[in-house]
Amino acid sequence: MIVKPILNEALCNGCGLCVTVCQCGGMVIVGSIIKRVDVADCRYCAECELVCPTGAIQCPFEIVIEESIDITFEE
Amino acid sequence: MAVEIGLLKSIPYFLGLSTAELEAVKKHVFEQAAERNDMILMEGDPANAVYFVVSGAVKVFKTSVEGKEQILCILKAGESFNDVAIFDGGPNPASAIAMTPVVLYGINKTDMEAIIRSYPDLAANVIRILSKRVRHFVSLVEDLSFRHVTDRLAKLLLEYATDHGPIGGEAGGHPRLTQQEMAAMVGTAREVVGRSLKALEEEGAIRMDRHRIVIVNKKRLEEMSGVAAG
Ligand code: SF4
Ligand code: SF4
Repeated sequence: MIVKPILNEALCNGCGLCVTVCQCGGMVIVGSIIKRVDVADCRYCAECELVCPTGAIQCPFEIVIEESIDITFEE
Repeated sequence: MAVEIGLLKSIPYFLGLSTAELEAVKKHVFEQAAERNDMILMEGDPANAVYFVVSGAVKVFKTSVEGKEQILCILKAGESFNDVAIFDGGPNPASAIAMTPVVLYGINKTDMEAIIRSYPDLAANVIRILSKRVRHFVSLVEDLSFRHVTDRLAKLLLEYATDHGPIGGEAGGHPRLTQQEMAAMVGTAREVVGRSLKALEEEGAIRMDRHRIVIVNKKRLEEMSGVAAG
């Protein structure tokens, strides 16, 4: 499962700042309220959280130690 | 869900009480549930109760006049908050918000006073818990006054690193943290946290992996945070 920013529609005032700042075109606004983040495009850069004036977006991070991750990365 | 003796027993406040005594205490305990981002307490409001976290995570914080937030602590199962106000009679010293869905047990001020009077042994538990809290705050004051932001962040990352990294991070391990929350914990602005994370990444201490902050060089973080690397 790909983790995406958490949206709180109730707090959104439709200002559109998150859409402007998102470099991946991943934010979708429907009827002037933020509805979803297109997961495939989202890089989890947390820029949208930074600009949102109402705190409607949250990008929480999990903090882990390298050896303990049990999935392999291609690098 | 009703208040459970088994859960009460696991709260350090009630350490050493017999099952019969816990049954008596239980009569004064109320249960309260909250969703992520629900406000539980407002700083400055009259203090009505002491709370115990049964499950989930609660953020205790103060807000400056300019709206800047300083996180004092993040509490998990078994830990208590608002006890200072209950015992000194002042208002709530800080605000509290749910970081995840939480279940709390609460005891009203007058009931708590009566409980301590009936079970003086509890006072020793309370002293131990409050002393630990004072120690935490002394260390926080030290961090805020003497350490560089990036070093403070290094220390925070070490403290909040989960060994097994449960997805969601809410159940057993530490709650996930937004950069806003990290900023409020190390006492800086959100933008500074972004820059500090980048600096740590350039130094090869961490790697940003989407929603994960992966600690690649634990030793380096320990050096920065002043923890003797072993
Ligand atoms: S985290 Fe970054 S990429 Fe994802 S929606 Fe927000 S701004 Fe766009
Ligand atoms: S920046 Fe925040 S308030 Fe503005 S549209 Fe996006 S989510 Fe809504």
